[in-house]
Amino acid sequence: MNVSIEFYASLMKYLPPGKSRFRREIKVDDGLRLSRLIEQYHISPEEAHLVLVNGLFVCGEDRSERELVEGDVISIWPPVAGG
Amino acid sequence: MSWTRKILRVDLSKGTCTSEPLNMEWANQYLGQRGLASKYLTEEVDPKCDALGPDNKMIMATGPLTGTMASTGGRYSVICKSPLTGAIACSNSGGFFGAELKFAGWDMIIFEGKSDKPVYLLIQDDKAELRPGDGIWGKSAWETDDILHQTHQDPQLRVACVGRTAEHGCLYAAVMNDKHRAAGRSGVGTVMASKNLKAVAVRGTGGIGNVHDAKAFMAATNDGKAVLAENAVTGQGLPAYGTQVLMNVINGVGALPARNMRDVGFEGAENISAEAMAEPRKSDGKPNLTTNGACFSCTIACGRISTVDPSHFSVKDKPEYQGASGGLEYEAAWALGADTGVDDLDALTYINFLCNEDGMDPITYGATVAAAMEMFEDGTITTKETDGIELKFGSAEAFVAITEQFVTGEGFAADLGMGSKRLCEKYGQPDLSMTVKGQEFPAYDPRGIQGIGLAYATSNRGACHLRGYTIASEVLGIPVKTEMNDTDGKAELVKAFQDATALVDSAGLCVFTTFAWGMDNIAPQIDAACEGDWSVENCLETGERIWNMERLFNEAAGFTADDDKLPKRLLKEVIKHGPTEGQVNRLGEMLPKYYEARGWTADGKIPDETRQRLSL
Ligand code: SF4
Repeated sequence: MNVSIEFYASLMKYLPPGKSRFRREIKVDDGLRLSRLIEQYHISPEEAHLVLVNGLFVCGEDRSERELVEGDVISIWPPVAGG
Repeated sequence: MSWTRKILRVDLSKGTCTSEPLNMEWANQYLGQRGLASKYLTEEVDPKCDALGPDNKMIMATGPLTGTMASTGGRYSVICKSPLTGAIACSNSGGFFGAELKFAGWDMIIFEGKSDKPVYLLIQDDKAELRPGDGIWGKSAWETDDILHQTHQDPQLRVACVGRTAEHGCLYAAVMNDKHRAAGRSGVGTVMASKNLKAVAVRGTGGIGNVHDAKAFMAATNDGKAVLAENAVTGQGLPAYGTQVLMNVINGVGALPARNMRDVGFEGAENISAEAMAEPRKSDGKPNLTTNGACFSCTIACGRISTVDPSHFSVKDKPEYQGASGGLEYEAAWALGADTGVDDLDALTYINFLCNEDGMDPITYGATVAAAMEMFEDGTITTKETDGIELKFGSAEAFVAITEQFVTGEGFAADLGMGSKRLCEKYGQPDLSMTVKGQEFPAYDPRGIQGIGLAYATSNRGACHLRGYTIASEVLGIPVKTEMNDTDGKAELVKAFQDATALVDSAGLCVFTTFAWGMDNIAPQIDAACEGDWSVENCLETGERIWNMERLFNEAAGFTADDDKLPKRLLKEVIKHGPTEGQVNRLGEMLPKYYEARGWTADGKIPDETRQRLSL
């Protein structure tokens, strides 16, 4: 199935080559768990601080349960802050 | 003790400068800077006075840790009654001016009265005198800084001053120091200019020689620095990306307001984000971001130093704007960018330079232009008012043109200088002003994030993110993640953030340390530096006391629970799409709980028992 990944800030280095600044459309196995996807890109749990699926926050404990579905957009940030 | 125990009182009407001892009883109750200066203000100024009249006072105040080796210990604040809101104003700034004032031997300067002609204050250690300001009145903040350095031939001189917008009566003018740092909000610069005071130039050679327990202070500040260095946000994120890293985050979670908060979500967000600032431009191969920068004694260094492409339309043929200068921080990038619909990074950077050069608060300025743009689109305002400028959402050219007029006081400047509340009232559209107590919102939509709506509504200086930054918890998970759209527990969360921030703002430290530091890191630094009991509990109670004192000033100025509110748009117009679709802010669910958590009455008044508990 097709999903999109978006890696921001220092995690941009984990993005596979592509045109858009942050986003890549990728093919993954049906029913892939969110934590597996994060591991596939070698992003450590500490680095994957803020993880959104379709703009909604998924906390650390829920990531291994969360099955991705066709069209999901997964956005990941390292620990960041501002203000 | 870290206080110098000395105040400089400057009577501008009489032209006198006198030294007086710091009230140590108050220092033990209110610490310094925001808290202590607000105490002086509430004791000395009638809250009902005309903010721009001689009866208002303006205080420049340091904290006990200002000028010390504590990380970020370089802050000072400007305190007065605000001409924008009519409420108490306290604007905090970094840079180097605050530390220099302390080195000269002063905890604070109280300015009172009004000079009959333009002057500046020159401080050289314990010598202070008012000098004629003819050569600098009418000049920008940058020119003023340069002229004073040339006049006094001292590269170490530190200058805080106002630009031309303050002289023209713009109600949200900033006090600029070290050229690029601003005590930005609520019009503290307008008050300074109303007193015919153009600048304060200070040189101090004394250092800080009176830390209470030097050995313990060394240990506590070193521990604090280690925590900042090891923390991913303060050690890596902020120096690399600055506050601007939030642009994509807040857009991603569905809480980035756009086009005068008519929309939520901005399609151009990524073009004006921290990541975009760091990448080479197609035009000249160089990035917008030149380097990061730090304020005095800061080991975080979140500051942005930027360069606009010399061939960009905004700076072409203007070599004075082609060098590196203070770049976009998140709140400015949002107000100048997403809120006006402009996603031209270099144009926004140039407009930010102009905000620094002539000293106006970029949040209120951007949000006021955004309100004007909405009224231009619906035909309320036409090119007749804007001097021919097509003030449409998204037009970088129009925004640059109107800003260049604004700083010189031409064209539509007088209207824009009123702020969005008065502007929208003047043109018969009061609901289009996105303000609380007359001050414009920063970059987080309270429909998407509930707690920040409560923080805005109850902020003592009008809408403001820095009075209780619940975004840390609600979005970023610091110290713990709370649900953005929940209202449960938000009253207590807002109170905790407000009280802790009041304490940090009174110490001389930067609030960004709190992304890594808790009160258990901060209190030992204050306790080692100062006489008295500065345990965690006492620090938190001091923060709460300061918050309540500010509220009492506002109450006496005429504010009531009726002013703890949000614009209709945020309570009634639902978010149209994205992850927060269908949401509005549910302030009504949180406000009664907040009053209760604060020990106030159901109509937001501070009862005697709460006053007594806090020794107010
Ligand atoms: S964290 Fe940023 S704003 Fe705060 S003192 Fe350091 S450089 Fe200045």
